[in-house]
Order: sequence, then structure tokens, then C-alpha cells
Amino acid sequence: MKTYLAIFRIRFIHGVQYRIVVFSRLFTGFLWGMMMVLAYLAFYRANPTNFPMELSQLVSYMWMQQVLLILFSVVFTDNEIESSVENGSIAYELVRPADLYGRWFSRACASRVAFTVFSLPMLIVVLLLPEPYGMSLPPDIFQFMMFLPSVILALGVTVSFTMLMYVTMFYTISFGGVYVMVIAATAFFTGAVVPFPFLPPPVRTVLEVLPFAAMQNMPLRIYSGNIAGTDALRGIVFQIFWLVLLIAAGKLLMHRALKKVIVQGG
Amino acid sequence: MKLYLKYFSIHLKSQMQYKTSFLFLTLGNFCMQFSTFLGVYFMFNIFNEVDGFTYSQVLLCFAVVIMAFSFAEMLGRGFDQLPRMLANGEFDRALVRPRSVIFQVVASRVHFVRLGATLQAAVVFFWAIPNSGVVWAWDKILTLCFMVICGSLIFYTLFLMQASFAFITTEGLDFMNILTYGGRDHGRYPFSIYGKEVLRFLTYIIPLALFQYYPLLYLLGKEQSVFYMLTPFLGLLFLIPGYVFFRFGLSRYKSTGS
Repeated sequence: MKTYLAIFRIRFIHGVQYRIVVFSRLFTGFLWGMMMVLAYLAFYRANPTNFPMELSQLVSYMWMQQVLLILFSVVFTDNEIESSVENGSIAYELVRPADLYGRWFSRACASRVAFTVFSLPMLIVVLLLPEPYGMSLPPDIFQFMMFLPSVILALGVTVSFTMLMYVTMFYTISFGGVYVMVIAATAFFTGAVVPFPFLPPPVRTVLEVLPFAAMQNMPLRIYSGNIAGTDALRGIVFQIFWLVLLIAAGKLLMHRALKKVIVQGG
Repeated sequence: MKLYLKYFSIHLKSQMQYKTSFLFLTLGNFCMQFSTFLGVYFMFNIFNEVDGFTYSQVLLCFAVVIMAFSFAEMLGRGFDQLPRMLANGEFDRALVRPRSVIFQVVASRVHFVRLGATLQAAVVFFWAIPNSGVVWAWDKILTLCFMVICGSLIFYTLFLMQASFAFITTEGLDFMNILTYGGRDHGRYPFSIYGKEVLRFLTYIIPLALFQYYPLLYLLGKEQSVFYMLTPFLGLLFLIPGYVFFRFGLSRYKSTGS
């Protein structure tokens, strides 16, 4: 555990280096979120009765999504991991006396957390925005207490899915294609394009049992109060279920891949 | 021009070397755009109209923006190479060659995989054109062409400006993405739905609305004046500050050595 924490720390400091890039991303994120909110407001004006969430819930959902964007991004490139497979330095990684899965997992978590920490100032701004544009606080303290573990679990599920993608690299070596396909699929399945309540019931029923529903969907809806009370608890159990399953699958597959891995020379 | 076509065919050939990879990336590009389309589709599953625009009318707007963007991206993504060229000193070589700098940068990369998005736009057009309720007289057809062509040029200029920032910062910054990718993603709805301030900004500062919103009004018969049909050309004025900004960046260029 100590090793993983150390890796986490190194990676975190590394991510924090690029402050200007981070600030520019912050600015972009704010404008992007604003445009999203404005678009939904236009739909709300067109027909308030058909709006499937409460307006304030939706607005909070959108802002929180922007703030935690990187934390929940399935594909957040880590050049070192990718090039280690491409140029063969994976061999060094393999002789180190710590489990590769655990190390990559903590790296992937750390770089996401590092970038997200710098998005947090946005929270202050969006909380101060006037009605109906601004984000509201969770309806009660219980929702907030549920939100925190849910965020961590969502990060875990996201990263453990990313790990599965990394395992495929052992077989394909090139990732461009895999990445693009994964981005395309997850954008919709995680609720990043349209929040789940806006989807028609049949589509929703299917999506809500997939692991992608255990990613950003859960914490964002718990925060906004769209999933409340016992449903929130059930949601967290659902997240734990997928986290355990995905990590087990990832470890197993990686173990099998490493048995056969052919290191690129050089 | 002839030289550009030559480059064009070389890029095409080189990217065709890896057919599976090319197919996958094109398909991926299509799918990525498709999720945006699904977003629009599911929203209109619940709502009949937004700001007075119906589903098929919004799709028309969506397809124009996607198509314009995909052309611009396919031909203009060479600009992405500029930060790298600046960092590794390759740009110095470009400066001494007897061809325009912009040409050399642009010709360094052509992204044919963006055809995935073009294809998507074509499919949406195929559906939206007969269903939008527009009587397709010659003036409407011309308007649609103006929208796509001028739209590509405006996006193209935005890519040029984004690259020009690299002269000042050496590192590419992503706040311009709100105008390029943001213009594409938020441009799926007519810009008027975002409110007066946004529309005004996108009319007078960054003229994305000039090829999207105003000619759309003419297309749908909401405005009769020919002026609305020709607004995309007004948007082309944006090419001037774009080019000036590039020259300004170039004048500040200091070699990084190699």
C-alpha cells in the first residue's frame, strides 16, 4: 500500500507541473459548462412539464460534471504507460517488485486527481452564479455524505475499466483505434452526452445495469438529489459490485497477458 | 495548388497503407460524432421544439456544422503540427523554403479519418433535407452550399489562430478548443437558443453564427431578406484578423534551436 501511495504522490506532483495548461482548461471548462446549461435552459423554456429532472438538479449535474470531468474520463492519456509497451521499457516495469496492476492503477488515479484538484476553484464560481445558472448545494447532508464515497467509487470503476483497455495494448501495441472506439462508446453509455433521466425508458433500463452506469452517472445524480435516500445506498452497492468485478477481471487478464507478453526489443 | 494536390495524394497513399487502422479510426470518428447525434435525438424524443426550431430543422443545422467542421479539420489539422515543429526546430527549415509557411504547415498533415464525420453529416442531410419542410428552390440550395463552404473556412481560420498561439506560448493551449470543438458541439443547435449575449458574441467577435444561425433563418423561410442568405460571406471577413494574427505570431517567432 505504501508503494502505491508513493507512486500516487510522484504522479500527482508531476501532474501539478502544468499549471497554465490547467488554468486554461479551467476557463474552457467553465465556458463549456455554461453553454450546456444554456442549452438545457432553452429546452426547459420550450416545455417545462416534459423536463424529466428538476431544473436545479440538472444544472447542478452539469456543473459537477464539468468540475470532475477529468476524474471520470475513461481515456486520459498517460504517455509513459503507452510508450512502455511500445518501446519495450515494460521489461523494467516487470522486474520491479510491485504488482504491475496496482502500480498502473494508482498512477492512473493520481493523474486524474491531480488535474481535478485544479478544477475545484470552479466550484466556488459556479456556486456563486445567480439562479437559474448556478449550481446548488446537495439537498441535505445525507446526500452529500453519500456523494463522497460515490465519487471515489466512480473513479475506481472508471480506472479499472481503463486498465482493461491497457491490457488490450499487450495484444495490439497500437492504441489509436482502441482509444477512439472506447471514447465514442463510453461518452454515451456513461451519461456524459445526455444524463440518464433524459433517455427513453427501454434504453435506460439497459444502460442502468452496465458498468458505465457506475461511473459518473451515480455521483452526479446523488449530488444533484436525483437519486436520493435508499436508492443512493443501492447505487453505491452497485458501484462496489462493478468495482470488484472489473478489478478482478483486469488482474486476471493482465496476469494471462503477461505470461505471453513478447517485449518489443530496443 | 498542384503541389498541394500532390501532397494530398501522398498523404492519402500513406494513410491507406494501414487499411484496418484507417478503417477503425474512420469508424471511430463516425461513432464519436454519432454520440452527439444521439444526444440531439434523445432530447427531441422528449421535446418537440427548442426556441421555435423543430427536430428536422435542428438536424439541418447540425449537419451543416458537422460537415463544415469535418472539412476544416481534415485539411486544417496540419496546424496541429505547428507547436511540435516550433519545439523541435523543424520550423526553421520551413522558413527558408521558397513556399508560403502556411502552405507547408498545412500540407504536413491531412486527416482523412475525419471523413467519418463527413459521412455522418451526409447521412443526416439525406434525412433532414426532405423532412425539414424547406421548398428547395435554387436560392435555398445555394444558401446551404454557402453555409457549408464559408463555415469550413471560418473553422479553418480558427485552427490557424489556435496554432498561432504556439508562437507565443510554444505549448498548445486548449482554451481555443471552446471555439473549435465547442463551435462544433454546441453548434448542433441554432446559436440563438443560448441567449442574446452568446448570439451577439458569435455574430460580432467570432462569426460562427453568421454561417449557422442567420442563413438558417433564410433557409427555413423565417427571414425573407436576401441579406440573410449572404451573411456567410460576411463571416469570411474573419479571415483577415485570423491571418493578421498569424503574421503577428510569425513576427515574434524566435527559433528554439534544434
